[in-house]
Amino acid sequence: MRQATEIISRLEKRSAQMRRDCIYMIYKAGAGHPGGSLSAADIVTALYFHEMDIDPKNPLWPDRDRFVLSKGHCCPVLYAALCARGFFGRENLDTLRQYHSLLQGHPDMRKTPGLDMTSGSLGNGLSIGLGMALSARTHHQNYRVFVLMGDGEQQEGCIWEAAMAAAHHRVGNLVGIIDRNHLQLTGKTEEVLALGDLGAKWRAFGWRVIEIDGHNMEEILDALGRTRASEKPVMIIADTVKGKGVSFMEGQVGWHSMVPNAQQARQAMKELSAKWGEDDEGQQI
Amino acid sequence: MKASRFEFGEELIRLAAEHQDFLVCNPDTQSCGLENFDKIYPGRAYNFGIAEQNLLGAAAGMASCGNKVFVPTFAVFLTMRACEQIRHFICYPKLDVVLLGTHTGLQVGKDGGTHIACEDVGILRTMANMTIVQPADGIAARAMANFALEFQGPLYIRLHREAVPTVNKENYQFRFHRAEILCDYGSDIALVASGVTVCRALEAAERLRAQGIGAKVLDIQTIKPIDRDTLTQVAAQTKAMVTIEDHNIYGGLGSAVAEVLAETKPVKIKMLGIQDAYGESAGPEDLYRHHGLTVEQITSTCLELMGSR
Repeated sequence: MRQATEIISRLEKRSAQMRRDCIYMIYKAGAGHPGGSLSAADIVTALYFHEMDIDPKNPLWPDRDRFVLSKGHCCPVLYAALCARGFFGRENLDTLRQYHSLLQGHPDMRKTPGLDMTSGSLGNGLSIGLGMALSARTHHQNYRVFVLMGDGEQQEGCIWEAAMAAAHHRVGNLVGIIDRNHLQLTGKTEEVLALGDLGAKWRAFGWRVIEIDGHNMEEILDALGRTRASEKPVMIIADTVKGKGVSFMEGQVGWHSMVPNAQQARQAMKELSAKWGEDDEGQQI
Repeated sequence: MKASRFEFGEELIRLAAEHQDFLVCNPDTQSCGLENFDKIYPGRAYNFGIAEQNLLGAAAGMASCGNKVFVPTFAVFLTMRACEQIRHFICYPKLDVVLLGTHTGLQVGKDGGTHIACEDVGILRTMANMTIVQPADGIAARAMANFALEFQGPLYIRLHREAVPTVNKENYQFRFHRAEILCDYGSDIALVASGVTVCRALEAAERLRAQGIGAKVLDIQTIKPIDRDTLTQVAAQTKAMVTIEDHNIYGGLGSAVAEVLAETKPVKIKMLGIQDAYGESAGPEDLYRHHGLTVEQITSTCLELMGSR
């Protein structure tokens, strides 16, 4: 029990660092999507620092677990994870969205070490994850595939094509995660185009559904643990808050793609450090 | 000889016994005989039903894991319903997916305008990293099945619904990127064709010869990257050129040829093909006649072009 508490505490500190890295990168780049990066930070932390079997020394290891960021615009949080796992040096975080940077405005598998798939056009990640998962079946490999989606992109038809196909093929090594932060670019999901009861929809498509608090590390780890050795695809619907961890960004639709100014960035870093401890990297705005 | 789509499919099934390193992603269409690939080679094909976006996304996912993946279906659905997946997840990351687009051009005939792919080459030609080849007959289709297994990267193979007269010899070998000069009766005019129009161009060259006009016939088997050198050499030797394609004249073979020669060796070019229109239900020959693509019309177009100089 004590060990479990230590793991959770370590991961929570890590996700605070990931959030600081996101703010830092987006501030430096002068562009990016802070809201959805912060809402996904705990989930991505749990995957890259606990659940996924990967080897930063061998990024193309054929048996590694795969991760697809279907909501590609939230790549700062993924870059923060890959950097912290050692796929590339921290100096690259200063170059987000710059000419010839490893870190493109949306994920590019040909440029970023450790990145499993290009993304950026919404609604496509689950199909790609399905292909990866089926490849494991063909080649008798045991790796698993995690696809992180936004809730807004559930409006894309292709997601439901993939939903049907993954259930049909009983792809048990495919785990979808919905970052259910209730906001999309122009407003609340339920006002832009209502998603309704997402859990019921995924269950109706033949998936096992686990609904959790996407900022409760214990619940995230428990849910991911329960996806191992599944006979059918699993969808984790993680209830989250857009902009989580920075008071003035939380639940604010405007922070979908707004860039903090220097004062706001300093304030954000301060808030994250006050709650979770100082910046390990000593980053200064 | 069968239609190029069936020759390709049969050859790929034969090759699959020794080449065990590729997969097939099938939709619910009967396009080139690969529908039962999973029954012949269990575990190497998956069916994705009537859902082309997911089909191409899944193929990209498989390719990202190091597989070569073949995706056969009607060209209209392949290149348009899944256009974005091809662009973002196959061409942009340069993944090893072979797109088999069947039922191309007016040859589709009676199924009508929704099923006649006449812009597929134009669409895919604008995608960086994409390579486009088209066989003139069943022999070339078989050779391209072999080629596809050796090739690395996004590849579109344009296949056809119906059989056409064979133009290549049994000992034919596909030379990637090379435009083949299939006949050379002189340097008055060059007929530049690809796919099912090659046999028409050859027949037109015979008729022109009988009327004292010497024509060359080029088979553009690789539409992208196109053979600039051969095109330029032929343009330098001949007085005029006619491009002949079963595709919209905008964006396809004619455009590709004109793009090169406008830079290297400007020559008078007449573009024969689908005249910026959609197909409709009819016998293919009626449609070809409507668009000036019968052998008689190709011949008379060449004669007019020569007389107009």
